[in-house]
Amino acid sequence: MSRMTEFVNKERGMMFIPFITAGDPTEDATMELAKMLQSAGASALELGIPYSDPLADGTVIQKASQRALKKGMTLLQALRMVGKMRSRGMKLPVIIFTYFNPLLQMGQEKFFREAAENEIDGLLVPDLPFEESRELEQACHLHNVSLISLVAPTTSEQRLKVIASSAQGFLYCVSSLGVTGVRKKFHPAVFSFLDRVRTVCRLPIAVGFGISSRDQVDELSGHADGFIVGSAIVSMIADRTARLTDPETRPKALAEIRRMLEDKLLDQKVENS
Amino acid sequence: MIKQPQIDKIGKSDRKGRYGEFGGQYVPETLMHALLELEKGFTEAMQDESFLKEYHRILQDYSGRPTPVTHCGRLSREIGGAQIYLKREDLNHTGAHKINNAVGQALLAKRMGKKKMIAETGAGQHGVATATVAAYFGMPCKVFMGKVDVERQALNVFRMKLLGAEVIPVSGGNGTLKDAINEALRYWAANVEDTAYVDGSVVGPHPYPMIVRDFQRIIGDEARKQMIEMTGKLPEAACACVGGGSNAMGLFTAFLKDPVVLYGAEAGGKGTDTALHAATLTKGRLGVIHGAMTYLIQDPNGQIIAPYSISAGLDYPGIGPEHAHLAKSGRAHYEAITDAEAVDALMALNRLEGILPALESAHGLALAMKKAKKMRPDQSLLVNLSGRGDKDVRTVMNYLADSKGNEGGSEQ
Repeated sequence: MSRMTEFVNKERGMMFIPFITAGDPTEDATMELAKMLQSAGASALELGIPYSDPLADGTVIQKASQRALKKGMTLLQALRMVGKMRSRGMKLPVIIFTYFNPLLQMGQEKFFREAAENEIDGLLVPDLPFEESRELEQACHLHNVSLISLVAPTTSEQRLKVIASSAQGFLYCVSSLGVTGVRKKFHPAVFSFLDRVRTVCRLPIAVGFGISSRDQVDELSGHADGFIVGSAIVSMIADRTARLTDPETRPKALAEIRRMLEDKLLDQKVENS
Repeated sequence: MIKQPQIDKIGKSDRKGRYGEFGGQYVPETLMHALLELEKGFTEAMQDESFLKEYHRILQDYSGRPTPVTHCGRLSREIGGAQIYLKREDLNHTGAHKINNAVGQALLAKRMGKKKMIAETGAGQHGVATATVAAYFGMPCKVFMGKVDVERQALNVFRMKLLGAEVIPVSGGNGTLKDAINEALRYWAANVEDTAYVDGSVVGPHPYPMIVRDFQRIIGDEARKQMIEMTGKLPEAACACVGGGSNAMGLFTAFLKDPVVLYGAEAGGKGTDTALHAATLTKGRLGVIHGAMTYLIQDPNGQIIAPYSISAGLDYPGIGPEHAHLAKSGRAHYEAITDAEAVDALMALNRLEGILPALESAHGLALAMKKAKKMRPDQSLLVNLSGRGDKDVRTVMNYLADSKGNEGGSEQ
């Protein structure tokens, strides 16, 4: 059974899917962060590829991209970094989150070769809506990589059905309109939207955009199977850039982030896996 | 000339909104609903006689259309080739072709029940045009503008504020046009339910390249008729500058089926052998920017590189997808014009015809002057003079002061 299948079939409470940006603040720090998130009970890891013009992202992730780009991070390097993580005990499914242009420049053949070599499980392209993704979807299917689809509260009934029927892995439901970033409130229609998704989707449902507290996660439980946290984690990383960069001060900074996650977001009962 | 792209299989499809392999809708799912709604709204509006009547009425009574065509007798004689004619978009209200599109999109927004408008701007011409129509229709308006552009286009920023618009400086990225577009799209994604995004050029996701072209084609439609009236025939060639390419698309569309040679002038900056240019078709590679597949200036890893031009209106790293298609199919020809060539053309038009063109338009004129030289005096060449140059006076002054200081140095 593939890691992705295993991940979606696991019986558990709300799946926790953290997002971090590859190379923010350094490659070594990213690998250590991933390891920490695994031991804190994450179900899968979303690894963001830094991009110069991230249309779907708010300020926090835009800035993380800028920092990572300054360190020279690329799509190729990030894929190979996952391979290194694997050899150091990373067992979670890894989903590559990349804008379309870097992928286009690398080319399909090379991407899937590297994805196989480095054991990539999923791919999420935020600027490739259903209409543009047919071919990539087929290629993903062929290479056993799950192409994660997104739906939003503005997605029409008809579109939702079509997207849900061809989705792979899990269905990513955007909780609010706009870009990524911490929010106090969800879109008013989010719960009815999620329930609508549930009736047409055979896959698990994960909610993302704006999630930063356990209260929000509790609100969502019963309507979804998992939650994705990006900006909240990325800003914890941003606050500790210098300490995460230095291997000597890194362990303490990682422990701090883990404690904050456990206090703010995770069910206290989550056991180390 | 034009580099043949290595077209990967990823993303190729035969959908509407495509010009050959270019165009498409590469945007987050949160925007798809708005784009589909906009496409439907636009299609219906363009089939509605009363909408079109109102659009043409405002352009006539408010903007001053039809703009004239001017024969440049002295300039043509000095060059010694074809007769040069100018389509005078500089004589529009607010001083550029941008108003045609802003009127059309604002009218469409009103028809679709949108309450607010947003726009992006580089040099400020599209921002001023949008702020102007927002005032005319009494709609609140936000204009996103790169922080660097806010500083170097202080006059246009003040004009927008006078018009009642809110100017939002964008500090992300390089603080120029491409970043302003990103931010406008991000804001739109969060506010799609009551806000219309007034796109300024034939760029962005479908249906924008189509909408902007159709609201700008009035330039070419008028000019085609005017040329026949004035000269008894079609011009042999038509020429315009391209940043995103809206004024060029507006001119070209009327002549696509005619035996008229089409020329586009893109910004060569300090030269296409340097890194300082915005020559997307000459030096760009196939990629995706702001929701469309087209040629763009990027590094080997697909990161977008900030372009350069003396003209803030031309320093865009991409190009409208329909231009990419016209270039690849060979229907239109695009060449890079350097800062120096553009300034020379601007000075020549002032000296010989008493017209101060925008630096953008001076690129088109410079290319036209090169081409006219190789043509016969009984032939004619139509240039779209897309805007007036008042906004660029300081830039030109500084440029001339600098180049005087460098004389005998590396001047080309």
